[in-house]
Amino acid sequence: MIRGFSRRLVLAALAGAAADLAGVALIAAAAWLITRAAERPPLAALSVAIVAVRAFATTKGIFRYGERLSGHDVALRAQAGTRERLYRALIPTGPLPRRGADLLSRMVDDTEAVQDLLVRCLLPAVAALLTGVAAVSVAAFLLPAAALALCAGLLAAGLVLPAGTAAAARRWSARLAPARAELAARVADLVHGAADLAACGARDQAIDAAMASDTRLAGLERGRARINAVALAVGMLTQGLTVVAVVLIAQAAAVDRVATAVLALTSLVAFEPVLPLAAAGERFAGVLAALRRLREIAATPPAVAAPATPAPPPEPPLTVEIENLVVRHGDREPALKGVDLTLTPGRRVAVIGPSGAGKSTLLAALMRTVDIESGEIRVNGVDIRAFAPDDVRARMTGLTQDPYVFQASLRDNMRLAGPEASDAELARAVRRARLDGWAERTGWDTVLGEDGRTVSGGQLQRLALARALLFDPPVLLLDEPAEALDEETADLLMADLLDATRGRTTLLVTHRLRGLEQVDEIVVIEDGRVIQRGSHAELAAVPGYYRDLWESEALTRR
Amino acid sequence: MHRDLLRLARAESAVRLHLAGCLAAAVAAGLLVLAQAEILARVLSGAVPPAGVASALLLLALVVAARGLLGWAQGIFAGRAATALKSALRRRLLPRLGEPGGAGAVRAGGGAAAGGTAGGGATAGSGIRSGELVTLAGRGLDALDPYLTGYLPAVAVAGVVPLAVAVRLLVADLGTAVIVVLTLPLIPIFGALVGWTTRTVTERQWRALSRLGGHFLDVVRGLPTLRAFGRARYQASVIRRVADDHRAATMRTLRVAFLSSLVLELVASLSLALVAVPVGLRLLSGSLDLPTALLVLLLAPEAYVPLRAMGTRFHASMEGVAAADEAFAVIDGRESRETAETHAVTGGRAVLRVPPAAAAGPDGAAPPEIRLEDVTVRYPGRDVPALDRVRLTVSPGERVAVVGPSGAGKSTLLHLLLGFVTPTEGRVLIDGADLADLDLDMWRRRLAFVPQRPHLFAASVADNIALGTTATSAEIGAAAVAAQADEFVTALPDGYDTVLGERGANLSAGQRQRVALARAFCRPWAQVVLLDEPTARLDGRSEAAVIEATRKLCEGRTAIIVAHRPAMIDLADRVVRIGSGSLVRGESIS
Repeated sequence: MIRGFSRRLVLAALAGAAADLAGVALIAAAAWLITRAAERPPLAALSVAIVAVRAFATTKGIFRYGERLSGHDVALRAQAGTRERLYRALIPTGPLPRRGADLLSRMVDDTEAVQDLLVRCLLPAVAALLTGVAAVSVAAFLLPAAALALCAGLLAAGLVLPAGTAAAARRWSARLAPARAELAARVADLVHGAADLAACGARDQAIDAAMASDTRLAGLERGRARINAVALAVGMLTQGLTVVAVVLIAQAAAVDRVATAVLALTSLVAFEPVLPLAAAGERFAGVLAALRRLREIAATPPAVAAPATPAPPPEPPLTVEIENLVVRHGDREPALKGVDLTLTPGRRVAVIGPSGAGKSTLLAALMRTVDIESGEIRVNGVDIRAFAPDDVRARMTGLTQDPYVFQASLRDNMRLAGPEASDAELARAVRRARLDGWAERTGWDTVLGEDGRTVSGGQLQRLALARALLFDPPVLLLDEPAEALDEETADLLMADLLDATRGRTTLLVTHRLRGLEQVDEIVVIEDGRVIQRGSHAELAAVPGYYRDLWESEALTRR
Repeated sequence: MHRDLLRLARAESAVRLHLAGCLAAAVAAGLLVLAQAEILARVLSGAVPPAGVASALLLLALVVAARGLLGWAQGIFAGRAATALKSALRRRLLPRLGEPGGAGAVRAGGGAAAGGTAGGGATAGSGIRSGELVTLAGRGLDALDPYLTGYLPAVAVAGVVPLAVAVRLLVADLGTAVIVVLTLPLIPIFGALVGWTTRTVTERQWRALSRLGGHFLDVVRGLPTLRAFGRARYQASVIRRVADDHRAATMRTLRVAFLSSLVLELVASLSLALVAVPVGLRLLSGSLDLPTALLVLLLAPEAYVPLRAMGTRFHASMEGVAAADEAFAVIDGRESRETAETHAVTGGRAVLRVPPAAAAGPDGAAPPEIRLEDVTVRYPGRDVPALDRVRLTVSPGERVAVVGPSGAGKSTLLHLLLGFVTPTEGRVLIDGADLADLDLDMWRRRLAFVPQRPHLFAASVADNIALGTTATSAEIGAAAVAAQADEFVTALPDGYDTVLGERGANLSAGQRQRVALARAFCRPWAQVVLLDEPTARLDGRSEAAVIEATRKLCEGRTAIIVAHRPAMIDLADRVVRIGSGSLVRGESIS
């Protein structure tokens, strides 16, 4: 995480150490100056000390400023890099392994931890180490026995105590993160499910549940505070008792007053950079846990394995052959249990079937967001697994299930399917998706609501369709394009759609049969298997799922 | 000092007591430093006879032990005060977040909240994203920890200890005391100056941070869509850019903020030099004795330490102050709108605790007559009204289908009856009584609502179905069977105990819809059924079954069904058509 800026990191560490050293040296020089002056030497004997006191006093602050700036800069760089890497790790994964709110709270908290690792753990530790070594060296020069006592005190406060707080905090950290995630999930439910809760009169219950999460979290936080308190007390004790010990030893060894004063004050101040390490140790445990969680997310296996050396992307026109395809989500029963289907250039195939039959899984397999268990998908004769998944997705895509509206302008929401598209092209795609009236009313630069809530279901669907048409892939996949539309709009849209896709390779998943007489082949899937296939005329002529559905649709149509 | 926060801290006895304990311990520990310096100076200067050194050092050890004990007490109290305050804030904040917002009422509320902060304008115009609200109520409030456990004790110490040190120095050595007293005010002055200039920048940085969270959630939620158009990788660079912008903004803040600590550090260390050098020279001339000189050397820095600590803590606590501002903006922003309803909520609570069997038919009342009198609904920031002078009467037990093109205002009509939105003009009358005057919770208890995009909670399927009721598992199962949901629920890994992920990601759209239908079936006492396109996501075969179930649900109840499928429309006694917000025509079906 510190790749690319290790030089900045070293600079920050050196500046920090220099600031702490200046602090110790300032007190040591002042102590020497005063106790030596009391012995009334000639003024010249003091001049070096006077200069030293002034010099250390000036440089301390400057070094500190440099350390803090460079340290935070490095930390923020590391944090930004961590965020980006985490997102990149999510790209090839399938459905998100965790809840969104959980993911968010982890993401923000855990990447913050990377910043803390540098600013609050690593840099102070380096500075404290260098300062401690310097202080002990000075003490050893004056009185080796006192140096031993100082060394022991510094080790206790700088090594044993942080190790203790880290070990104790590890327990709490492991429990705090899930408690925070739980609270975040409850709050997210409260915010996103506000309408459902109010309608069902369950708002108070949801608030109570969130407050119960808060109570659990508060209990854990109090536990963590207890560790802080004990660490603070132990640190103070160690510092004070070490000074007492150093003075005792110096008195016993009958060292002169100047050396005793320098020893005592050096010892006292040498603890200043060391004492915060107890808190740093506590934070360090949390940081380690956070980094481990980030690694876990990053290690989520991709939904599909990308080939080491992908085949050159297939050149359109594309022929897609699906042979005996079996796909399984996790450990469940296969969603597809041997499906055959061929898409030749310009051919339009409709897939119908009850919900849960595996229609969307078929599209997911074509878009490489779910892996193939057995069987084969060939694109222009080459196994689809030989291509880079991104190359496949760039050529076979369109309107996917649960399309998403980003909190961005309508223009930007469209542009993601055509970054280079001109306004005229955007307008044409919107018109073909029958969204032009709404786009006109809403305005191209209006920010659409989060989660598409200010966008109705029908508008969302047509926006997604407009995107698909703008993207214009060699093989157009359409998952329920008329879903959530009112009857009239749906009929008009389907008519337009069938018109617009004439002569284009299209795979259309739908539950509306009207207009399907125009497609080249209709495939009926039930329970992961093809149960019927043929043209509309052929299927309507024989008893079966298709004719049942056709008749019920004809009956309900007015 | 944050006024709202302190008001809240004073009002909550748990916070008040623990905070007081924390501050007292901090100040006492700070004062013990004087004793420590006194003893050390006497021992080091040789003012203590050799025989008394051991007992002097023992006394020193005792003082050190007392400081340690006080530090421990301070930490314990601080932790308790902080968690109590955060809980108190969440208790006030969460009810505001749970305001229903079918068509952007949450956003409208967020806007109102921003408008509520005098001169805040933090989120004015843009509304608060739900990601930001979630961050605020969770991690955002954690930012209060440094304020409460670090900054406030530091302020207390800074208010007492420097003064005590100055008085002691005055007694010991006038010259030093003058230097300290003259330079000491420089620290708060510079601190205030720099803090004052960084305040707005820090506030902006906090907003940038929460935007970062909201942006990331947006991107992760839309990842499947981004993937479908090959934009997932590009978005990574956007995340990087947003993070880089955040870093640039933060560094700009820090460059100034750390400037204050540079000044403070310089003032403190240069003052020490200013004290030490003249003291040394005066020792040389014999006009000062060593014990006093050492005491001055040990004490002088202690005058600056509390003020510098306060400065550092101030910077670290700014994020907490900004979070508190946002929280209070959300809390106070809706106070006015909420006060009228608070009584209703308290009143309604008792009913909620009653088992539904007892509450089955509120007063055993019959389905009400619902009348809309020239109702106009206008969403803030929209020119075109969502509903325009709609006049509609629904008789008790009548089943009305509402049809019309998408975006015509059909959902708004339902949200109006649910009390999620209020009429801009006109009235909604329930049995002749204005809905605005009714106890909203009591009214909603008479409703069963199936939204267009139901939210599935991070809880078991059974809990999702029984939402707001105390239905038994048998009742839940029956409701699921009636809603055609039983089959797929039983097929889930843990059946009815399966925990649904965020937004029910592991159920298909049609399945989610059926869970919502089951919710309605779980409320047999409901007199009015509101359905928002319940079969929109179902295929033909399940549609027929759901329609049959819906027919059953509507029996003996008033039903208002937003529909676009003919079979669903057939259920209705009457069809009303909405076009661009106004009622186009009503037709009766015999």
